[in-house]
Amino acid sequence: MNDDVQRFLDRLTERNATRGPEPTWIAARRQAGAARFEALGFPHRRIENWKYTDVRDIARHDFALAGDADFSPAAAAALTLPLDGHRLTFVDGVFAPALSDLGDLPDGVQLMPLSQALEDNHEAVGGPLGRLTGVEFSPFAALNTAFMEEGAVVRLAPRTVVEKPIVLQFLSRAGEQAVMSHPRILIEAGGRSQATVVEHHVGEEGAANFTNLVEEIILERGAILTHYKLQEAPIQDRHVASIQVEQARDSRYTSFNLNLGGGLVRNDLVSDLNGQGAETTFQGLFYGQGRQHVDNHTLVNHNAPHTTSRENYKGILDDRAHGVFNGKVIVKRDSQKIEAEQSNANLLLSDRAEIDTKPELEIYADDVKCAHGATTGQLDEEAIYALRTRGIDAQTARGLLTLAFAGEVMERVDLDAVAERVELTVAGKLPERFNLAGLVETATALNEE
Amino acid sequence: MASQEMEQLVRREYKEGFVTDIESDTVPPGLDETTIAFISHKKGEPEWMLEWRLKAYHQWLKMTPPSWAHLDYPPIDYQAISYYSAPKRPEDRPQSLDEVDPKLLETYEKLGIPLHERAALAGVAVDAVFDSVSVTTTFKDKLHEAGVIFCSISEAIRDYPELVKQYLGSVVPQGDNYFAALNSAVFTDGSFVFVPEGVTCPMELSTYFRINAANTGQFERTLIVCESRAQVSYLEGCTAPQRDENQLHAAVVELVALEDASIKYSTVQNWYPGDENGKGGIYNFVTKRGDCRGDRSHISWTQVETGSAITWKYPSCLLRGKDSIGEFYSVAVTNGRQQADTGTKMIHIGEGTRSTIVSKGISAGRSDQSYRGLVKVGPRAKGARNYTQCDSLLIGDTCGAHTFPYQEIGNSTATVEHEATTSKIGEDQLFYCQSRGIAEEDAVNMIVNGFCKDVFQELPMEFAVEAEALLNVTLEGAVG
Amino acid sequence: MLEVKDLHVTVEGSEILKGLNLTIGAGEVHAIMGPNGAGKSTLSAVIAGKDGYEVTHGTITFEGRDVLEMEIEERARKGLLLGFQYPVEIPGVKNIYLLKAALNAKREAEGLGEIPAPEFMKLIKEKIAFMQMDASFLQRAVNEGFSGGEKKRNEILQMLVLQPRLAMLDEIDSGLDIDAMKVVAKGVNSLRAEDRGILLVTHYQRLLDYIVPDQVHVLVDGRIVKSGDADLARELEDRGYDWLLEGSAA
Repeated sequence: MNDDVQRFLDRLTERNATRGPEPTWIAARRQAGAARFEALGFPHRRIENWKYTDVRDIARHDFALAGDADFSPAAAAALTLPLDGHRLTFVDGVFAPALSDLGDLPDGVQLMPLSQALEDNHEAVGGPLGRLTGVEFSPFAALNTAFMEEGAVVRLAPRTVVEKPIVLQFLSRAGEQAVMSHPRILIEAGGRSQATVVEHHVGEEGAANFTNLVEEIILERGAILTHYKLQEAPIQDRHVASIQVEQARDSRYTSFNLNLGGGLVRNDLVSDLNGQGAETTFQGLFYGQGRQHVDNHTLVNHNAPHTTSRENYKGILDDRAHGVFNGKVIVKRDSQKIEAEQSNANLLLSDRAEIDTKPELEIYADDVKCAHGATTGQLDEEAIYALRTRGIDAQTARGLLTLAFAGEVMERVDLDAVAERVELTVAGKLPERFNLAGLVETATALNEE
Repeated sequence: MASQEMEQLVRREYKEGFVTDIESDTVPPGLDETTIAFISHKKGEPEWMLEWRLKAYHQWLKMTPPSWAHLDYPPIDYQAISYYSAPKRPEDRPQSLDEVDPKLLETYEKLGIPLHERAALAGVAVDAVFDSVSVTTTFKDKLHEAGVIFCSISEAIRDYPELVKQYLGSVVPQGDNYFAALNSAVFTDGSFVFVPEGVTCPMELSTYFRINAANTGQFERTLIVCESRAQVSYLEGCTAPQRDENQLHAAVVELVALEDASIKYSTVQNWYPGDENGKGGIYNFVTKRGDCRGDRSHISWTQVETGSAITWKYPSCLLRGKDSIGEFYSVAVTNGRQQADTGTKMIHIGEGTRSTIVSKGISAGRSDQSYRGLVKVGPRAKGARNYTQCDSLLIGDTCGAHTFPYQEIGNSTATVEHEATTSKIGEDQLFYCQSRGIAEEDAVNMIVNGFCKDVFQELPMEFAVEAEALLNVTLEGAVG
Repeated sequence: MLEVKDLHVTVEGSEILKGLNLTIGAGEVHAIMGPNGAGKSTLSAVIAGKDGYEVTHGTITFEGRDVLEMEIEERARKGLLLGFQYPVEIPGVKNIYLLKAALNAKREAEGLGEIPAPEFMKLIKEKIAFMQMDASFLQRAVNEGFSGGEKKRNEILQMLVLQPRLAMLDEIDSGLDIDAMKVVAKGVNSLRAEDRGILLVTHYQRLLDYIVPDQVHVLVDGRIVKSGDADLARELEDRGYDWLLEGSAA
């Protein structure tokens, strides 16, 4: 076993020594996670799935575990998305009750920190925890399982419709000792329930921590879940997320995977379409500057006939940023009447930026309509010229066109707070007057007259 | 269409599956330095060539077979293969066709390959490789007049050692990959083409490869060099008899195009694919690479792949010269239990380089087919462009079609586009044709040929017809 | 207002304009006609600042300023606006964004503040109604999926909103059916004003039945070989360009 793996396991031993007694099933899963991580070690670039992403920046570091959740409320407020929702906040992985809002939970909604669910040995965790994103998912998921102690548990009773978004906020602090956190999110949406979950990763400038997130999302028959993941972590943060979604018949899952921050970012998003009529939609946007490295791996398993998947990822890369997109669609034998669409478009704004993209299809059934496309290019110089002949300066024209490039994903974002945050980062230098949200509303009203 | 009828249509015969009964001179199975020395000696090679082979062999010993392809086959026993087989005949090479074993000629006639010059396709020079040796090369004199060298690689090693030394292994080095290393150690024959500066080769060049002897591997090596402003169009065809054992074919093809040179390389590959239960068939592991070394050079690969039990093949272009162009047009048809993992690599190194990839895959029966491609744009490849179109057609619900396109883009001025679709043969299209009185089988052929049109039109005219016919035979009505 | 003096322009090494002179005053409508390849589109492209056109000799001044020294957007803000023969499609950028951004850029250059949203909407509403366009087009991306006629109307709409000092219209009639042409002509005629110049570039006389020019210039082989009033256009309609080509060769 190499030193890197040992260092992480030593931290685990340290942590375990401080834990009180816990139910045997938790201890057993923790142990299985540690054993699997020990066996696999950190992934390296000779493994196809990690061909373009080097995780040594994580493996070679010594990360401590945070001991408290202190965060100035003013600083937190500045980072928080202006959303009226039910909110759980975590600081370096530690639950921060002071920054959370669990009041007014509607009937049929259970929302609690994982630590509480584990402490209560709650029925919400005993079965599902680790069933989807198990220790086999990846070395990082195994590592998370070994450390799991905090995160969010969301449980919706059948037919529950949650009006306000459920906001899961993860704050990263700057400090002398870099820390790691292994949050888990467990969402179980009962039959025909509906909700929007906004996951927001953000932090203090200068933070250089490691977040190793695992999510398990279960959609029962007819459930509808919209899942925003807005990742705008500080530029030196490391962020690894392993997300597994399981969809029953007629359920609809929509993911907005919006990555603007983080130094080293890796997202694995997997959706299993297990029942007829299930639909999954992956919308993604990644924007890299400086030396950011953003890797998105997605996988849709069409395990049942009459299932649909749509995917659209847009990448914008500036400076020396490196983007990776690997989208895979698998249609199992006998999964007939499948529609799968996948597209990835990338914009390189600098000579030293790089994109590696691989849209894959693996198809074992014949009655399918599958298409994918990937393009990489630049802003259209002719369009820039056309805008300039209307009096718009070159920089603004570039901003507008960059925003337009992201538009295909962004126009589907229904939460203004999220859309504005993204537009601000992407369009960046666009002057105030081009923030035309109000205008568009007026125009829409005009249409409806 | 009723599945019964479909079954019938899918179970087509392999038309080239006859065995030629001639005495051959075959070494016992097994591979070691002695085998390699034997091959080299048989070929009357100079010492440097033997050393080159042995160097490859030692590299090969340290390598492991690639496992990344979407292919499933048992490990190959390299000691069970015979690495050399030649039709028995007088010690000296036949000086004219009259001296060639009539049975051999008959074989080629059966294949529809005209070795007799009088029967030759108009304007096509043919080299025929039977198991391990080149049998004959036609139109040599006429080509010689134009300054074009077209002969077997064995002859080239003897007669043009300096040219061979300069270019052999310069595109696909001995240790490039497992199968290329094996080929470098044991290659037995293949074609050599050299077109000097400013010359446009006056006719199509063509080589036919056939594996005849049992338990024999075929390891041909082809090298084509076009000097500045030279042009050539080359076509290879491949067949093998129907045998129950799997036979190994591991070829290497190297193309070198200097400034303003243009090479068009077309392949019609119809190795024996095995029976419908997957018994027998050729394992086809091929390394093909073109080097656009000079500015404005142009290399174009066109392939029609209908045969082989296993295909592992990625004809590629290294686009090094400024404004050089690489193209890849492919039709691959798999049926029965065939497996194919094929595609291309376009490596954009020079400024202004352009590449086009058009890949059409048709899977039927219980076959499995993958497109695997890489488009890489290096930091110096300013303004590089690639367009990739990659379509798969599924016939029947027991086959698989997969797409693995890699794009690695490191230059912001590059424009790279990839489009891919996978669908089953259009029922409405079939219905439309049938409602116009066209038999279903013909309708399928029409639709499939239409699906492949973009690729067929890249083939030299004489072979486009042949390719279409081959496709029809391979698919004979495989629709359900 | 606009003064072009002895203009020589080269495109990819070959000279297209070979000493062109043209003066347009405020309140005037000029039409430049000529056979294909005479350099008609080159003139408007050079005035608008398109890449790839090299001015080897001569000057273009607009209200006393050297146009060739001005940035592309600066020309537009000063009121020098080109309506394209082939307007480019800009996916993802909504028409309403473009209009608002362009109008505010102009207002800013003129020292005016941003236009209040209600006022802007009132203006837009009025103009699209005038151009007989559907309001839904404001939400569509610039020219994306527009028919030929829609694109041309859109060019005129931009003119109506941005109120240029000199409107240049390059083959604004090409690809239009008669009804669309009437709408476009109505738009252009509404632009006619004391303080505004209009430059029409066209191959066919047909357009000039609807927009009657004050002056007609015939451009042949990079030079204006003949100028006259609206009657000249009719003469060209009857006689074609050949008699003028012969004249230029002599």
